[in-house]
Amino acid sequence: MSGHDGHGCCGGPPAPASPAMPPVDMAHVTLRIGDRIILSDVGLTVPAGAFVGMLGPNGAGKSSLIRAILGVVPAAAGRISVFGRPVGRGNHDIGYLPQFPARSAPRLDGRSFIAAALHGERWGLPCDWRPGRHRRHDAMEIDRVLDLVGAMHLARRPIDHLSGGERQRLLLAQALLGRPRLLLLDEPLASLDPHRAREVVALVDTIRRQLGIAVLFSTHDLNPLLGVMDQVLYVGRGAARLGTVDEVVTGPVLSALYGMPVEVIRANGRIFVVADGVVQS
Amino acid sequence: MFAFEFMRHAFAATGIVAILSGLVGYFMVLRGESFAGHALSHVGFAGATGALLVGMPPFWGLMGATVLAGVAMGLGGRGTTQGRDVTIGLVLSCMLGCGLLFLHFLTTSATRATALLFGNVLGVDRSMLGWLLVLGVGCVLAMAALSRPLLFASLQPETAEARGVKLRMVSTIFLAIVAVVTAECVQITGVLLVFALMVGPAATAQRLTATPGWGIVLSVLCAIGAGWGGLALSWWTDCPASFWISALSTGFYLVAGAWRFTGRRERIDAA
Repeated sequence: MSGHDGHGCCGGPPAPASPAMPPVDMAHVTLRIGDRIILSDVGLTVPAGAFVGMLGPNGAGKSSLIRAILGVVPAAAGRISVFGRPVGRGNHDIGYLPQFPARSAPRLDGRSFIAAALHGERWGLPCDWRPGRHRRHDAMEIDRVLDLVGAMHLARRPIDHLSGGERQRLLLAQALLGRPRLLLLDEPLASLDPHRAREVVALVDTIRRQLGIAVLFSTHDLNPLLGVMDQVLYVGRGAARLGTVDEVVTGPVLSALYGMPVEVIRANGRIFVVADGVVQS
Repeated sequence: MFAFEFMRHAFAATGIVAILSGLVGYFMVLRGESFAGHALSHVGFAGATGALLVGMPPFWGLMGATVLAGVAMGLGGRGTTQGRDVTIGLVLSCMLGCGLLFLHFLTTSATRATALLFGNVLGVDRSMLGWLLVLGVGCVLAMAALSRPLLFASLQPETAEARGVKLRMVSTIFLAIVAVVTAECVQITGVLLVFALMVGPAATAQRLTATPGWGIVLSVLCAIGAGWGGLALSWWTDCPASFWISALSTGFYLVAGAWRFTGRRERIDAA
């Protein structure tokens, strides 16, 4: 098993992933974390190649939804499928960028950090310690993802010397290992200034168009995604709405999702969501 | 100094333990679990004195206690022992207290306690050397199989979990290996000074290089340097070997820190 292209790896379930199937398809999904209901009887379909921005109040369960699509958190009811197959861990069709954890960055260079993620789920020695052909093969894959995100120059620098934006680039490169067809990005704009945030969004969009993959991008602020995202997914109070910005980001829809009166103000090409007198985004 | 059999044994034992400590210690420091290793050695102290109390060889009491505690830590955690320093610290002091109690009932001479607490590398006999080697080879083989998922899980636990790595299993197997290595290390440095071989060299290596491959090589070399250097210095100065090993280990760490601050930083980072 070479597994270099990531598709159809590990024997796989009987139904093969079909390119015609939607990246994410949810039917009557209920998602529960402890006693808290994140989603209740939600159905939605992310179209192929779409850039979907995911928004919602803090604690609405954006990360939990991403983890459910990854198969880490099981759905309490309903069915989630990714490219026509039921969700499950180790799905090589998905690239995942977790929220950058608060724990201190290790004193390792970016290349080692990415190499650790390449087939890191298998037993044995780390891939960059293996001899000959395998190592060259893996080195090419690491070069490919570094090149895609324009981070070649960061590869030899220790991660703890990098800025937040540079770290996000490396994490994005790591998510692209194995040629996934769906990217799940959990708050990649957290703690970035508006300028860097725009850069990361533009980079993700370029890569998406280049590779023809779908992107689910969770964020606090929808403005950096305006003009780039095809659809917006709003999550709140157990419900979810997927649609274009004009369909979803309206006073009535958001009022229902937040459970309080919400106003949507558009000014200078930006959108401000005002909930209970507080500007949300 | 190699004319004496006990010195040859001491060098061989220290070499085996230093290789293991450098290798396993590198991952401990990377995972922020060095304190957990320290706690394991204290649990081992209670195990060793408890074994003496019931007339068993202390090495096996030590090993049994550390492995049990390591597995319990791994199964009880969420795939990492980070942020649990209060629990670990309490278990550590409680176990040292139990060890003291067992010693009190033993009423043997204080040399036994000193040997456990501060090591007795010159007392390693041929059969102990054999066990150190057999267990050491086992640990190296286990690390060879575990190192890839361990590195992934240590650096990016969320992604590793999504990719199908069983975090708790990886963490538990690793802590069991740490437990065996700790028990071996106690033979050289004693319960109180396992940091000197397991953490010092690994921390030094992580100051000097930013790649795991070179990090492990440097960590093992530093551990061997501190171990053998400590033995040689102890021979020449007639001071305890454990003192010299801990002094050299700390010295390496400080020198590595100074090295990083003397303008050669860029070159090291490029390595």
